[in-house]
Amino acid sequence: MEIINNGIRPDHQVIFDMIEPGSRVLDLGCGTGDLLQLVARDKDARVQGIELDEHAIYECVRKGLSVCQSDIESGLAEYPDGSFDYVILNQSLQEIRKVFFLLREALRVGNRVIVGFPNFAYINARVCLGLGGKAPMTPSLPYRWYDTPNVRFLSISDFRSFCAEQGFAVRKACFLNGERTITFWPNLRALGAIFLLSWEEKKGR
Amino acid sequence: MRQPADRERSSGFFITYKTKRSLKVFSHPRIFYRGANTKAAAGKEPMKAVLKTESSETTPDGCNRSLGIVETRYYTFAEPPGTLALESGETLGPVTLAYETYGTLNPEKSNAILVLHALSGDAHAAGLLRDEEAPGWWDAMIGPGKPFDTDQYFVICSNVIGGCKGSTGPSSVNPQSGQPYGTEFPFVTIADMVHAQRRLIDFLGIDRLLCVVGGSMGGMQALQWVASYPERVRSAIPIATALKHSPQQIAFNEVSRQSIMADPAWREGNYYETGQPEKGLSVARMIGHITFMSDQSMEEKFSRKLKKGHLNFNFDVDFEVEGYLRYRGANFVKRFDANSYLYITKAMDYFDLSGGKLINGRAVDTRFLVISFQSDWLYPSYQSQEIVRQLKLKRVDATYCELKSTYGHDAFLVELEGQTTLIHHFLEKTYLGPRNGNGNHQ
Repeated sequence: MEIINNGIRPDHQVIFDMIEPGSRVLDLGCGTGDLLQLVARDKDARVQGIELDEHAIYECVRKGLSVCQSDIESGLAEYPDGSFDYVILNQSLQEIRKVFFLLREALRVGNRVIVGFPNFAYINARVCLGLGGKAPMTPSLPYRWYDTPNVRFLSISDFRSFCAEQGFAVRKACFLNGERTITFWPNLRALGAIFLLSWEEKKGR
Repeated sequence: MRQPADRERSSGFFITYKTKRSLKVFSHPRIFYRGANTKAAAGKEPMKAVLKTESSETTPDGCNRSLGIVETRYYTFAEPPGTLALESGETLGPVTLAYETYGTLNPEKSNAILVLHALSGDAHAAGLLRDEEAPGWWDAMIGPGKPFDTDQYFVICSNVIGGCKGSTGPSSVNPQSGQPYGTEFPFVTIADMVHAQRRLIDFLGIDRLLCVVGGSMGGMQALQWVASYPERVRSAIPIATALKHSPQQIAFNEVSRQSIMADPAWREGNYYETGQPEKGLSVARMIGHITFMSDQSMEEKFSRKLKKGHLNFNFDVDFEVEGYLRYRGANFVKRFDANSYLYITKAMDYFDLSGGKLINGRAVDTRFLVISFQSDWLYPSYQSQEIVRQLKLKRVDATYCELKSTYGHDAFLVELEGQTTLIHHFLEKTYLGPRNGNGNHQ
């Protein structure tokens, strides 16, 4: 399926479509706030960002957004349970050390968590490593082995198993290859994935 | 307002060494210390503020129009039989507040901003007074086309009670005795200062302030405004401040107070006939200036430069840093009352909105912009982060940023570029309404 592109990043469009109007939304690592601005304006959402970079914060404030400076791992600590309808964790899961802790925290603070990450099992990455014998580089993994900020290397299948083990229910999953979403063989064909998670019913924390 | 140590940076501070002006003898508490002007050089340095707006008023070098001549006004309330009840249980009255306003209050009265000054500041935040050369202490931030844009907003600044810049304080005449209060003056707290300001805001006919903003002790007042009158504040900008003083901050204040009280000229506070404890007060101020700078800014400004190019082998000024501190101390005693220094530092030490007292129960829809500075070791960023933690706990809309700066605590007066960007857009967003971009509704 082709995503209608209005100059909006495909992953932002997918996340945007997952959010119910009028929600409270927290974006962990919101960058310059493009996604939050979109969600605030067109979904009438109450939004809050967390970002480390000073100049990215200036950009957010220029857009009228509220942002607290913090790193992702310590940014959630003080929020009371259920403060947000959605917590977004887009394109930073692979850079997080305490993955399980962070996702539990996100599901404490938010009722739903939207996680977007690059797929390390994308076919080109497999070819790169399996046939080329070199650390994979793909459009969603553009770094070389010595300058990558990534510390976690996961595939879509890995993440699905992880969610099942931890008791996270996958409410929606969307797989991206450039401008297109795909449904067939995503673990091989998708550059990245976006999951909508909640706690499994009854399981609680 | 204490002068930022680095205003004279570009030209070296020695140009500001001026002939010592004699302390003007005061006959009325309102004009006490007004005459002495230590801000001579401040206005001459090109401002660093670069306001990135479309304003046609922005001149090529980034300076904006000044407010021109402004005037200090006085508002007196709690006249007999009324009094102002203080947190200590004592009362004060009548109470006079010196204040200045810039810009025009709109018909809806929705564009009023209250600017709150720091320890040694005054009501003169911007523009020029008739008899002074230098502009107000935050002139770079307040004026046409500046972040607190007087073409758009109505800006108010008042001197705190306990001060000596026209508001009722220990140097004012006690109506009971006909003599200056001295140490008969009741202890005042940050909350008392804010309750007095509320009377002024009532008098000006303003129900809800668009913003309360201040740095250091001004930030404490901004926080206290939200704690005491959340429904009257649409937004708050506490800068380089804390919910409470740490033991280290109290310690610096205590050493300053001891320095004043150890001066024989202090005479238990009754020095208004004999002249104030200049030695003690100037040492107190020197301590202050050390804490306002950072190790790096002192290195950059003074290094180990010698005043005369060689060592003196006596106890005169050898190093430039010594000359600077002596100069600051000597200037300060001309414009500030030692008893006010004692009272106001106590008020700061007593201040404590920690442990949930900032947002106490009522639903607060006040927006916050919290700012700290990387090299500020007097009010370190962890104290601002504690404010942010309290806001998150109560789900209050908050923006926080630690700005990169090497100026130490002084940064809130001199590190203007980041503050300019953040404050300009934060205010605009608050003013234009909660639904534009980021809904502020719960």
